[in-house]
Amino acid sequence: MSVWRDVIGQDSAVATLERAVTDPASMTHAWLLTGPPGSGRSVAARAFAAALECPRGGCGECRECRTAVEGTHADVDVIATEGLSIKVEQARELAAMSALRPSVGPWRVIIVEDADRLTERAADALLKAIEEPVPRTVWILCAPSLEDVVITIRSRSRHVRLRTPPAEAVAELLHRRDGVEMPMAMYAARAAQSHVGLARRLARDEGARIRRRDVISLAGRIHGVGDAIGAAADLASIADEESTAAAAERDTAERQRLMEVLGADPSARTQPPHIRSQLSGLEKEQKARATRHSRDVLDRSLVDLLSVYRDALILHSGAALGLVNQDSLPIVQGVARSMSAEQLLQAMDAIGTARERIGLNVAPLLALEAMAISLRVPR
Amino acid sequence: MTATATRTVPPLVLISGPEAVIADRALGATLDDLRAVDPEVEVIRLFAETYEAGALGMHASPSLFGGAKCIVVADLDEAPDELQEDLLAFLAAPEPDVTLVVTHKSGQRGKKVLDTLKKSQARVLEAPAIKSDRDKTDFATHEFRAAGRRATPDAVRALIEAVGKDVRELAAACQQLVADTTGTIDEELVARYHGGKVEATGFKVADAAVAGSAGEALRLLRHAIATGVDPVPIVAVLAQQLRQLVKVGAAGRGRSAEVARDLGMAPWQVDKARRGLSGWGPEGLAEAIQAVAHADFEVKGGGRDPVYAVERAVLTITRARTGR
Ligand SMILES: [Zn+2]
Repeated sequence: MSVWRDVIGQDSAVATLERAVTDPASMTHAWLLTGPPGSGRSVAARAFAAALECPRGGCGECRECRTAVEGTHADVDVIATEGLSIKVEQARELAAMSALRPSVGPWRVIIVEDADRLTERAADALLKAIEEPVPRTVWILCAPSLEDVVITIRSRSRHVRLRTPPAEAVAELLHRRDGVEMPMAMYAARAAQSHVGLARRLARDEGARIRRRDVISLAGRIHGVGDAIGAAADLASIADEESTAAAAERDTAERQRLMEVLGADPSARTQPPHIRSQLSGLEKEQKARATRHSRDVLDRSLVDLLSVYRDALILHSGAALGLVNQDSLPIVQGVARSMSAEQLLQAMDAIGTARERIGLNVAPLLALEAMAISLRVPR
Repeated sequence: MTATATRTVPPLVLISGPEAVIADRALGATLDDLRAVDPEVEVIRLFAETYEAGALGMHASPSLFGGAKCIVVADLDEAPDELQEDLLAFLAAPEPDVTLVVTHKSGQRGKKVLDTLKKSQARVLEAPAIKSDRDKTDFATHEFRAAGRRATPDAVRALIEAVGKDVRELAAACQQLVADTTGTIDEELVARYHGGKVEATGFKVADAAVAGSAGEALRLLRHAIATGVDPVPIVAVLAQQLRQLVKVGAAGRGRSAEVARDLGMAPWQVDKARRGLSGWGPEGLAEAIQAVAHADFEVKGGGRDPVYAVERAVLTITRARTGR
């Protein structure tokens, strides 16, 4: 057993990090882990922290390993922000904390899960701490890509790139760690295109599977302009449902956490005024986040839709293996039959354009309508 | 809704439904009626958010000087347990000089109080949500009718296009027209009062573009931009109008009232879209919508010249209308 076992499909990154644990010459005090969403940045960061704290270099079994991975180790601080950015006050606190010596283990480890959300000013507040580190402190910063991180931070840390793990590795993880049956795990890993979190959601939540299927079956069903306008409205509302469902879970969890922090009695039907006002503040925050989140979900739906056309293109090339939508072969075959390779590429461009436009605040419904019009196929 | 004659107010009133404009108005009318009987009536407002246990009973108990009281409890649907318990206690033993008015937007919370109110013969005033353009048309028509005024269907349409986004604004616009003008309310009158609104401009540009009048559409557009109108909402209206053309076109030949119900539109919008559809074919509509989406991208920062982006979209729309 090793603490690295849940870091899947990242052989070269793991090798680099393992070497840093065993060989002082390979160690440095600031690391930047980048990788696409779902590639397991946060899992890798925690495993690295565990390996640093573990007397056996990451056995995966001892108390140090377990608590580091859970995020409860006394010398491992995990900063994950639910907000849109990490504020300068928070960054100052982190900088102050980094000056403290480790209390039980050999290292004080600070994991910043969303280093891409550091504002310029927040990054400035961290800069000195990262530049002139205290001897036993290690920073592990995580972000989707190098470009997402403020340049001053980027230039002062060692970069380790994670890649998208193969679907088989993700399926195996879901099976081993979450007890998902292998066929379902394989479907979910492929359909989520190896995004671990999404795959787990698909494997566990039938509603999510149905919504994904609704999205991909839109491909090939758009014939007239009327169909296109209807399909755009469907896409918007499916994404809406999905983001509401996903948010509901998290919102409830946050509410419970806040109640615990405030020492409120969760069974009471009515809370005292000061707790009510805190709770209503949280609700407002959650609402603001929901808008952003629904854009993300819509983008994910478009990635799902795109996968059908990509699969169809693979069928055109004669191969029939490694399809994202292996389980929905009839849909893919239908699209492959009714569209030429050239048309498939145009369809993929149209979806890419819609994603870009929605990212730039174009009215989502309008962007989807223009896209769906380009996806029409003759009856 | 807008009762003009004074009515006797029963001891219990429930205002039920989510539409704040109508609920406020129902409350206002109720208080007016109470004051007509007793100008000295004392009005006490209690809010769910800040309610302190026992406050209701304290306010309801007879004061030293006697006199009528009206206690207004807002947002029963957000009421904490204490408030609900105090309300139930009051309903079990009401005070003779107190009128109780309770508002409830929606949902299950406070259901016991609601049931008890209804069982105790409370007067129930409904404040249903006004959402679709159809609801708004009904609302505005009713507003004018209740004020004893006649408004042409075109006037109602123009008013909703201009200020229909916000129900409160629509209600205020109706009242202003009633108060400031006499005779039949027609489209021209509405245009004089509300024609300068961004939405109204957007609709005019869209109407001209959909009708294929490039010159007129561009003239209106340039005038609007010159007077400082933001191009973003104009693009939104263009998109909305084209969307309605497609939807109505795809809905087939049914009666406009039925088509309107299926599509969540007002019947006049269906009729207007049907008139607009002549000269349009599916390929033209497809091209027009794509041009508008591109323009939206450009006005939101994707292009260097937002005004030119909208002009080009308008030109594309007028050219796309060739029956394809
Ligand atoms: Zn260990």
